[in-house]
Amino acid sequence: MTRLTRVIAPEAASRQLPDVDMSTDLAGTTLPNPVMTASGCAGYGRELDQFFDITALGAVVTKSIMLQPRAGRPTPRMAETPSGMLNSIGLQGPGIDQFIERDLRWLEERGARVIVSIAGGAADEYVRLAQRLRHSSAVTGIEVNISCPNVENRGLVFACDPLASSTVVEGVRRNSAPGVPVFAKLSPDVTDIVAIARACVDAGADGLAMINTLLGVVIDTETMRPHLGGVTGGLSGPAVRPVAVRAVWQVHQAMPEVPIIGMGGIRTGEDAFEFILAGASAVEVGTTVFNDPSAPQRVSHELQEVLGARGFTALSDAVGHAHRPRESRA
Amino acid sequence: MTPTQVTGEVLSIRRVGDYHQLTVVAAGVAEQVKPGHFVALAVGGETSAHLLRRAFSVYRTQDRGVYGGTVEIVFAEHGAGTRWLTQVRPHDSLDVVGPLGKPFALPKEPVTCTLVGGGYGSAPLFTLAEQLRERGCRVDFVLGAATEARLFGVLEAKRMSQSVAVTTEDGTLGERGRVTDVLPALLDRTGSDVVYACGPMGMLAAVADLAARFGAHSQCAVEEAMACGIGVCMTCVLPVIGDDGVTRMVRSCVDGPVFRGDRVRWAEVGTVPADTWGAPAVEASQR
Repeated sequence: MTRLTRVIAPEAASRQLPDVDMSTDLAGTTLPNPVMTASGCAGYGRELDQFFDITALGAVVTKSIMLQPRAGRPTPRMAETPSGMLNSIGLQGPGIDQFIERDLRWLEERGARVIVSIAGGAADEYVRLAQRLRHSSAVTGIEVNISCPNVENRGLVFACDPLASSTVVEGVRRNSAPGVPVFAKLSPDVTDIVAIARACVDAGADGLAMINTLLGVVIDTETMRPHLGGVTGGLSGPAVRPVAVRAVWQVHQAMPEVPIIGMGGIRTGEDAFEFILAGASAVEVGTTVFNDPSAPQRVSHELQEVLGARGFTALSDAVGHAHRPRESRA
Repeated sequence: MTPTQVTGEVLSIRRVGDYHQLTVVAAGVAEQVKPGHFVALAVGGETSAHLLRRAFSVYRTQDRGVYGGTVEIVFAEHGAGTRWLTQVRPHDSLDVVGPLGKPFALPKEPVTCTLVGGGYGSAPLFTLAEQLRERGCRVDFVLGAATEARLFGVLEAKRMSQSVAVTTEDGTLGERGRVTDVLPALLDRTGSDVVYACGPMGMLAAVADLAARFGAHSQCAVEEAMACGIGVCMTCVLPVIGDDGVTRMVRSCVDGPVFRGDRVRWAEVGTVPADTWGAPAVEASQR
């Protein structure tokens, strides 16, 4: 299986990275590298493969796919904000059939590990998506996007409600291949993220991915109207990083045995390290890709360097390290 | 063509009218550029709070020996990102990604071409004119702007064309008015086969319409707001009719920036037309 193969990018050798075991275990699935792309920031892998070898990543997390083709929201779809951006794409995509035939096939032929992000407007859509993906050998994992803020009805953000979240997650878990881990992607826009996380895990989620974007609005002071065509958008980028680290911290503290994929404003290896220390077993690089298309590879190398510099010989030893009690001083 | 990310070095920056002309050494990028391609620059340095790349169409490229190729762009100061760019100095580093997008399609026959530029949108038209002339095409220019200081390349256009018509909205140079005021007479006189245009969306819409009315093909390079320039962010979309007659929201960064003028649904840019592939018919009826 390609997913267990250790791949080292050519420049990794020339960069003389410290000897650190970067492999990570996500609910029984071992990835050779903890760094992945974040859903919605890497398309289906093709574009970024022009800039670095995507097969060296832990996985490519694909842009959330729905059952049907979807045109998305009108433009403007983005607004730059301090150390971040608002996006209001509205889940534009080709639909699951074309995704499987064209995009997933390409990723498989390319030899990339793939975590497929799925999104739906109702619980049964998620079930049908899981069923469509069940027999694909190309799927390393499934990320259940229950937290996209760019939907018309805020009440449809499943991740704002423990019961709705568990219904979706239970359906996806039940209809996915047994060896393929299912990750629920959580929203930070909730009162108690631990309650939602617990509901997802109780419903069968093998792990959690956090965070999705935060809901925001930018008003154009010249037109004196909301800047985005969809009015509201999702805030991402380094501006949200402390919020994301907090979410990972809280959930890992409550459920240290549950694997977490951490994301939110990761720009450097140090940033990724922060998520690992807070309790994440893997990380996704998202908005930074727009600034630096080779960021996932760079972050991976930098993370390896910082792990080595802090004396770690294995990434897994650093997971949740910040939760350990301080050693008493002699 | 493979888009490449390089740490370039600023060779020069100077003011040209209201604009700035920047030359950056970008080996690996410059050699691949064709007219209509663009580059995406990171602004503000490594810890910049401005994460999104700024996209600029390439004015021209040159091979300058030991440094490798150079890329030149022309830009206006619009906001914090371009303001930062006005302050770079020779030897500063600049993160360049390019070449990006689909370039202008060139005719196989020696046909008659009209090149229309609005403001610094004229930048990519000069290397285009050179290549058209190499193919034996007749080239006429129409350059327009709000005022004289916002015209770019009038003298250069005169050196490489049969005629140059200039318009300014305030009448400071050429005819008072817009490019579309003088374009019909020119198209009528030259019997132009192809119209190439680059400039603001409104101008492109009007030029594409005029070209169609005079039976000419049009190739329009659009300026849409982009976050990445490489096809992953999905922010720069506009409704374009495909070869199969179906309208899709396509990315101007990888499917454009050059589109056939008769394929863009200009009046509906900024919307998702109801008959677009994957348009939210259900949601619309719920609203």
